[in-house]
Amino acid sequence: MAEVLVKKYDTDELIEKTGYDDHFHEHHDGDKYRSNFINTYIFSMDHKIIARQFLITGMIWALIGAAMSVIFRLQLGFPDSNMAWLKPLLGKWITVDNGVGALDPNFYYALVTMHGTIIVFMVLTAGLSGTFSNLLIPLQLGARDMASPFLNMLSYWFFFLSSVIMFYSLFIATGPFSGGWTGYPPLSALPQASSGSGAGATLWIVSLVFFVVSVLLGGVNYITTVLNLRTKGMSLWRMPLTIWAFFVTAIIGLLSFPVLASAFFLLTFDRSLGTSFFLNEIVVKGEILDYAGGSPILFQHLFWFLGHPEVYIIILPAMGLTSEVLSVHARKPIFGYKAMVLSILAIAFLSFIVWAHHMFMSGVNPFISNIFVIFTLIIAVPSAVKVFNWITTLYGGNIRLNTPMLFAIGFVSMFISGGLTGIFLGNSAIDIQLHDTYFVIAHFHIVMGVAAFFGMFAGIYHWYPKMYGRFMNSTLGKIHFWGTLIGAYAIFWPMHYTGLAGVPRRYYKFDVFDAFGQFAELNMFITIAAAIVFGVQVLFVINFFYSIWYGKKVKTRNPWGANTLEWTTPINAGHGNWDGNLPVVHRWAYDYGKDGYDFIPQHVPVSEDESVVH
Amino acid sequence: MESTSGIKLTNSYNRSKIHPHKFALYVSMASIIMMFAGLTSAFVVRRAAGNWLEFYMPQEFYISAAVIVVSSICLHLSIRSFKRGSEAGYRLFMILAMICGIAFVGLQYSGWLTLDAGGISVDGNPSGSFVYAISGLHAAHVVGGIAVLLVCALRAFTVPYKRTERRLIRLELSAIYWHFVDILWLYLLFFMIWQM
Ligand code: HEM
Ligand SMILES: [Cu+2]
Repeated sequence: MAEVLVKKYDTDELIEKTGYDDHFHEHHDGDKYRSNFINTYIFSMDHKIIARQFLITGMIWALIGAAMSVIFRLQLGFPDSNMAWLKPLLGKWITVDNGVGALDPNFYYALVTMHGTIIVFMVLTAGLSGTFSNLLIPLQLGARDMASPFLNMLSYWFFFLSSVIMFYSLFIATGPFSGGWTGYPPLSALPQASSGSGAGATLWIVSLVFFVVSVLLGGVNYITTVLNLRTKGMSLWRMPLTIWAFFVTAIIGLLSFPVLASAFFLLTFDRSLGTSFFLNEIVVKGEILDYAGGSPILFQHLFWFLGHPEVYIIILPAMGLTSEVLSVHARKPIFGYKAMVLSILAIAFLSFIVWAHHMFMSGVNPFISNIFVIFTLIIAVPSAVKVFNWITTLYGGNIRLNTPMLFAIGFVSMFISGGLTGIFLGNSAIDIQLHDTYFVIAHFHIVMGVAAFFGMFAGIYHWYPKMYGRFMNSTLGKIHFWGTLIGAYAIFWPMHYTGLAGVPRRYYKFDVFDAFGQFAELNMFITIAAAIVFGVQVLFVINFFYSIWYGKKVKTRNPWGANTLEWTTPINAGHGNWDGNLPVVHRWAYDYGKDGYDFIPQHVPVSEDESVVH
Repeated sequence: MESTSGIKLTNSYNRSKIHPHKFALYVSMASIIMMFAGLTSAFVVRRAAGNWLEFYMPQEFYISAAVIVVSSICLHLSIRSFKRGSEAGYRLFMILAMICGIAFVGLQYSGWLTLDAGGISVDGNPSGSFVYAISGLHAAHVVGGIAVLLVCALRAFTVPYKRTERRLIRLELSAIYWHFVDILWLYLLFFMIWQM
């Protein structure tokens, strides 16, 4: 093997000499940013602090959402066991009869609904894209901050407000919303339809409306920043794939979330003004209600017009993080950079024209379904391109198997496993059997839930040194990885079989279905695995907070030997990110192992004898 | 560089010819368009499903369309006067633009009353409900615009007149949004007439 060379350069000197002077530090407005505790850590306008706010809020939500899943898994794994011991936590939602405690069925549905809402929106949208878009867009593009730090701060605080309302709804007397994370009418439209359809649903809607505002404020900022504030030399085709992913995610969000807002707007009319947008003749508890002419399917169209792009809003950032982490720790350029960007764009475009694959069984015209089948299956093409490129990036690399890398590889594994089942579901004929079964649960948990979490973990372990100036403990990290990888497959793999056998999702109990009795033990197994995986996540949270204060200190500013600009800032970068000039970019982000050099960062000028420059 | 709207602009390397705040506003307009696109496509889909009552738009909706166009023109003239250094024109047209804006909302309201009196109630056939919902959501956006004009007008009368780049940007931002809600109403009205 040839000797690995390391470029000799001094970052400060380089930036001083070749950087771009934007006269930033002549203004002294940094004082306004960090003059006291409140504007430094609470109402901060600094994108790096806002990123951490999104992350920690997201982590709290993740714990809540995951704990909920453990509780309803207990119900599914051990349906007849005594749950009285949960009474101190759940109060009246555990009904005790003859000393045997049982989970209230209404609350079971509330738990399932809240679990979905929390993980999809609060954790994997705000917690994932909010965190990393904020942290990395300015840092990797060589910008001082977002285009509008103020709107950026508002974006977090709208998310916070939305969180408070959602959290509050968990404690009201009638319980939180219980109609499923998709909020289909009539359960969401008729306050009297179920106990969670009253105040719970109102709070759910209000919370999500604020959530939409947060996403839009964030998105406007991300897009404006990417298009306007890239440093000198950072052409679009030199941006790291992380930024491409966040940028396209923001565009998708900006075009799809408003449609959810429209759906909620009409839903609110139905709920409070007696309109019949989504309601038709209906009898509730023996009472004939005065609605006519509406269609619940209309809501499904509006919802999934957001809902399907939303799943890509979740996965694209995770893909971006994975691409970056894989390339850095394989010490190889990402394979097929342009193809990666083009597939992100293709996925984004296609994500808007496949929504009805969630509605094959809702009574849409089968001929129309066919069109959606075709578009849906076409999405597999750009997805596969990305998968091949990740694998090819790994091939022949100098792989460092550290925690971020493990999680990035885990992401690829999960994305393949879950993507394959998507192809089953995308066929409307097969979907007749599989719709609303555990097969769908397995599909989207693996491809979206677990995969996105893996991308997020890869990002957290990789950028932790940038966020906190310390490393997370790697032994705990590896336990976290293996526990989660094995555990997640143990939980979701068996669900494919139960789903194929027809076991429906969102059922409280299966005791009246003899055919499903055979899965009782399997269900127990899944529940035990879920509890263990939850424990492993707690380990992660402990590692995270412990390392903030006691982790191994970062001593050099570029500990991973990475090429992107965030590693040219001081270890604990202040307001404005760079002390003096802004770095100027001379190359793409993936010059690893080039001309015998281990890595050549983006701000290093091109030397005369260099081979092709991107 | 701090704009008076309270939005901090960082320096960085600014590569675009258009002001970042204007750019951000255009991006936000795209999402407002998506919101109404969602509503109008729901309208089309629901209409195709039958059981759909057809009716004429109230006259007030046409008058309000004319009024909001006049309002846009006034705002345009106000900014032109501002640029040319005519303080009186700047103030006068600003006030006129705002009054027309308020009149627009009033007309929409009386349009709803007319509809209701004609038997098209909010909770009747979905065709009527859609008209209320769409025009209502649009009116809410106009109210937001009126608030902006109110601030502009207050400043026109209280802050001593001075032609600065920063104030011009503020005015232009307000105008872009105002013309946007104006055109949006013309589109929505046309859409509803065409669909009925
Ligand atoms: C290979 C590409 C994919 C195809 C062909 C595909 C297809 C499908 C289909 C047809 C369904 C509906 C199943 C049903 O309800 O009967 C579905 C559900 C779902 N998919 Fe995928 N999918 C793919 C990739 C993904 C990705 C990448 C994500 C997220 C990152 C995702 C997230 C979801 C979610 C969240 C649901 C279920 C929503 C619910 O009903 O609660 N899918 N998928
Ligand atoms: Cu989908």
